[in-house]
Amino acid sequence: MSDDASLKVSVWRGAEAGSFETFDVPMQESQTVLDLVAWVQQNADPTLAYRYACRVGMCGSCAMMVNGVPRWTCRTHVSKVAKDGTVEIAPLRNLPVIKDLAVDMDPFFDKWTAAGGAFSPTKSRDDTVEPILPETPERREADAAIECINCAVCYAACDVVSVNPDYLGPAALNRAWSLVNDVKDGALDARLTAVSGAGGCHNCHSQQGCVAHCPNELNPTASIAGLKRATVRAALKGRI
Amino acid sequence: MKPHRNHPLWYAFALHRASGLLLALFLPAHFWVLSYALTDAAALDGFLRWTDYTMVKIAEFGLVFLLAAHMFGGLRLMALEWLPWSPRQKTYAASAVALSFCLSTLFFLSAV
Repeated sequence: MSDDASLKVSVWRGAEAGSFETFDVPMQESQTVLDLVAWVQQNADPTLAYRYACRVGMCGSCAMMVNGVPRWTCRTHVSKVAKDGTVEIAPLRNLPVIKDLAVDMDPFFDKWTAAGGAFSPTKSRDDTVEPILPETPERREADAAIECINCAVCYAACDVVSVNPDYLGPAALNRAWSLVNDVKDGALDARLTAVSGAGGCHNCHSQQGCVAHCPNELNPTASIAGLKRATVRAALKGRI
Repeated sequence: MKPHRNHPLWYAFALHRASGLLLALFLPAHFWVLSYALTDAAALDGFLRWTDYTMVKIAEFGLVFLLAAHMFGGLRLMALEWLPWSPRQKTYAASAVALSFCLSTLFFLSAV
């Protein structure tokens, strides 16, 4: 790849109101979208605001809209997304923009709390450690949902969140499902009540954008379908 | 089309929603025409003669496709929500469309 080749990179500037600003960024081998943003901030405009931490797809900090699709930018190669030498980078959808590419994640994590995302222990440190067999159906369900890195890509991909700001969203409900299947957790009915309210799991339209875009290939739609069945069973039994 | 919607299961959602809305618009007209069987048989025969026109047959093909797509798509969604999860969601959606096309084509071939 020649050193003088460059990309036209359009970056969102401003808050909710703003516009795209275009930069010429040199192309490099194995360049990621986060590399583009870092180049702009380090070489063209140091006032550019964005968020990242680990750069290896573990922390979930650097998600942005890339050509209209939510992606983790540190693991997205430019060669995969550039169209005719251009890339458009915008802040994540469905979250308030603080400045440029940095969004306010508070609504996202508030919904984790609202969905009963905190583990509720049934034992204290004085009790013996409970053996958990990995091959049990409950543990398999919990393990499938537990690898979420909180990047909010699914939240940005969800059209239900767009039209219903009260909807808890795929990540919070996926977290709730992992705890519903955790035999060590002691807040099952309270959690099922939390996820079956006005903004709960029954709002999901099963469009499966969360599944299509999750960078960790998790399946929040399957988790939400599990919650729908669990909440209906609990309601029929009069527990919630 | 927003780029984040460009995946097969969003198209399956869109087809289910569009077919549902179009059927909701069609059904009142359908029952209104059927009511002529009780009140005005000659008027009903007049409506039924429309089905001799090729354009109406093509429209009926579209109608049967919408009906079948909504039925099979609905079965897919009910299975998704009430049965143990299957990873073959795209296959089921594609199968629903293929079955709907086969049914509506069979109807069309028998109508022409």
